[in-house]
Amino acid sequence: MAVIEKIPASGLIEKFPGGGIVLTTGESVLKWSKASSLWPLTFGLACCAFEMIAAGASRFDIDRFGAGVFRASPRQCDVMIVAGTICIKMGDCMKRLYAQMPEPKYVIAMGNCAVSGGIFYHDTYSVVKGTESLGIPVDVHIPGCPPRPENLLFGLMKLQEKIRNEKRGR
Amino acid sequence: MKNVAADSPEKQIEIPREALPETARRLVSEGFDNLHCITAVDKKDDIELIYTFYSMDKHACVTVKTRLPLDDLNIESLANLRRSADWLEREVYDLFGVKFLNHPNLKRILNPDDWDVHPLRKDFSSPDLIKKPKS
Repeated sequence: MAVIEKIPASGLIEKFPGGGIVLTTGESVLKWSKASSLWPLTFGLACCAFEMIAAGASRFDIDRFGAGVFRASPRQCDVMIVAGTICIKMGDCMKRLYAQMPEPKYVIAMGNCAVSGGIFYHDTYSVVKGTESLGIPVDVHIPGCPPRPENLLFGLMKLQEKIRNEKRGR
Repeated sequence: MKNVAADSPEKQIEIPREALPETARRLVSEGFDNLHCITAVDKKDDIELIYTFYSMDKHACVTVKTRLPLDDLNIESLANLRRSADWLEREVYDLFGVKFLNHPNLKRILNPDDWDVHPLRKDFSSPDLIKKPKS
């Protein structure tokens, strides 16, 4: 039983006693599948992107969480990992990419720059002060300069947790 | 032409702005044919332009400095002499607002095209700029 509790979907699926049938609700399966196959956008803005790339490579292997399929088109993506400093010129592109992503869509702000502007908060003329100041809603903030790949994976797991506990209607 | 720091390994020359094209031409003919940096410093009363010429054969640099008063920021472009000056001058124009006369394509290189401010000037201010509090 203790092992089963660690499996993410174990609470959603109920095994029929003595039979080969499982009982669940459509919504639970939908949420479970949504959380287990988050496809991120290939989108690196600055040095945090290297940590994201490291998380995608074999040592940290983001594929273990179903989020390794980095898509080159926003139309095929579920999650935008904002990895790096957002310049004013890039802000317009980001708004456009976010608008092009199909619903349901999620945003992870990775690193201090994407959270609040980071070290570029004071006395800079060209840096946007965080993802949310562009009007893009952020689901998970990951602080760090840059965050380790483990932090990104933890943020991803938090996002999956959020998706699994979502109320209907998003 | 006056030598500011004759004993330093990097030679510095301060010139009036009218002498720039002739100085550059002479430096290039002397072998200093790599114009690898053009930058500027805002000295509040005037803007100091700094040109760095490098010689591959001699392994030596020559730094040429000239000052422009804030109310008349015009200087002859070196883009027709050295191709590298094209983008370097566009960068100085973008950040300091120095107009380079006879430049082939003088427009902003990094900042958004619709800006009319020059952000590395000391008098630059913007509503988005958050000043660092003095501690």
